[in-house]
Amino acid sequence: MAYFLQQLINGLTLGSIYGLIAIGYTMVYGIIGMINFAHGEIYMIGAFVALITFLVLGVVGVSYVPLALLVMLLATMLFTAAYGWTVERLAYRPLRHSFRLAPLISAIGMSIFLQNYVQLLQGARVKALPPIVHGGFTLMQSDGFSVEVSWLQIGILALTLALMAGFSLVISATPLGRAQRACEQDMTMAALLGIDVDRTISTAFVIGAALAAVAGLMVTLYYGVIDFFIGFLAGIKAFTAAVLGGIGSLPGAMLGGLLIGLIEAFWSGYFSVEYKDVAVFVILVLVLIFRPTGLLGRPEVEKV
Amino acid sequence: MRPPLLEVEHLSMRFGGLLAVDDLSFAARAGEITAIIGPNGAGKTTVFNCLTGFYRPSIGRLTLHRGGRRHLLERLDGFRIARDAGVARTFQNIRLFAGMSVLENLLVAQHAPLMRASLYSIAGLLGLPGFRRAERAAVAKARDWLARIDLLARADDPAGSLPYGAQRRLEIARALCTGPALLCLDEPAAGLNARESAELNRLLLAIRAELGIGVLLIEHDMSVVMGISDQVVVLDYGRKIASGPPADVRRDPVVIKAYLGEEADEELPPDIARDLAGRG
Repeated sequence: MAYFLQQLINGLTLGSIYGLIAIGYTMVYGIIGMINFAHGEIYMIGAFVALITFLVLGVVGVSYVPLALLVMLLATMLFTAAYGWTVERLAYRPLRHSFRLAPLISAIGMSIFLQNYVQLLQGARVKALPPIVHGGFTLMQSDGFSVEVSWLQIGILALTLALMAGFSLVISATPLGRAQRACEQDMTMAALLGIDVDRTISTAFVIGAALAAVAGLMVTLYYGVIDFFIGFLAGIKAFTAAVLGGIGSLPGAMLGGLLIGLIEAFWSGYFSVEYKDVAVFVILVLVLIFRPTGLLGRPEVEKV
Repeated sequence: MRPPLLEVEHLSMRFGGLLAVDDLSFAARAGEITAIIGPNGAGKTTVFNCLTGFYRPSIGRLTLHRGGRRHLLERLDGFRIARDAGVARTFQNIRLFAGMSVLENLLVAQHAPLMRASLYSIAGLLGLPGFRRAERAAVAKARDWLARIDLLARADDPAGSLPYGAQRRLEIARALCTGPALLCLDEPAAGLNARESAELNRLLLAIRAELGIGVLLIEHDMSVVMGISDQVVVLDYGRKIASGPPADVRRDPVVIKAYLGEEADEELPPDIARDLAGRG
């Protein structure tokens, strides 16, 4: 029981990170019908920006932890969102009216470019970050096994919940979100009602990148080690999460992220750590075979 | 004399070897309903597509006068045609946001002013009073229109679940919620029964009388065209073959020939003869 609880907490923490990345996949897919394969790299850049911000803060001499975390959060979101905007502007928008595969190929190219860009500028070696947030508490103890919850895990879960709530509010109740949903359904018609479609698409990339940046920050703090290649696996897992939840569905991305995190944690806890990625990708295959629309997705409606 | 709202000058649209619109010129005035009629394939919808930025005209100038400013439609991006020049349109095949609620369809149409009022949604998130006021005003405007088109009771239903006739009315209301200077309606009476069609006539006449905007109307239903339009432009193979008040146009031999073919002046089928001559 205690062991189960521990895996549950670990899984939810991991799932929060996947969920935040998955939102970016599903938003972009919903609006322009493209899988943004560079999104995992955007998350990796978020992790690096977080690390760099931390080092800069160290040089400047900020040692008060909550302030440092806040600055890291804001800087990471801001810079990474700028990357997201730039990638869309340079690699996807010029291909908007090209054939369907063109932006996809461009996305793969962008992904490779960003990996190499970070590898070249930051080096290929694994970067380590000393733990900033210490401590935690013991939730319960039984059979000689104690369930530990760290403050960091609480923080990750709380921040994820807050971001997802805020994000849902933006989508459901602001003009910006309404424009997102309108463009998702019929871009041409949205333009005819005076909505700047290009800007709406840019906004989707910016929001997706900002959320992935938070995931990058969390991973940097949680695991303490990052390298230029972390975006690949995390990106594909978050993509799996988006597909599991139903790609194009925002609640689906959040749910899918949590489920993938839980599957990974329980598989590592009860079966084998080595095969945890296999477990996740088996899920991807099964979903694609038996329920291609995902848990909360709607069947694709052909757009005119 | 005030300048016309819309001036179409020497508009031509070529698709490869096909000249869909050939040197078309006409003007539409504010407070008037201008009907564009013609046989299938005459280029009517192509004219609309040029006006709303779907196509870049091969040749020609489309000028819209609004608030003392001239907007050259052929040079504007699609969304600026709607937002700045104030051209709204509906489609032959209805294009509502089927998954959004009826009310939201009308709110989306008020996106540009709401976006400004909400400082690109930042104020909206914080719930600042300026944005709340704007949002309330937008909802009030939308509900006014829903009352007008008799859909207030279904404000929260998905737009796709409405019956066909109601969807048509909603699409017109949505176009009007953008606050247009020129409303382009592509066959609004298509698929409506006689009662719905009469309702539509009343709605269009009320729009003309109350809002004083220009209405451009593509329509096959002659009872609608003859009944409510102030001016009729007749196209055939992309060329304007006649224009003027409906009473003159329907007596024009060139128009009758275009609609019925060469031999037709010997004997008209009775229903068409009635449509052309009688119902106006």
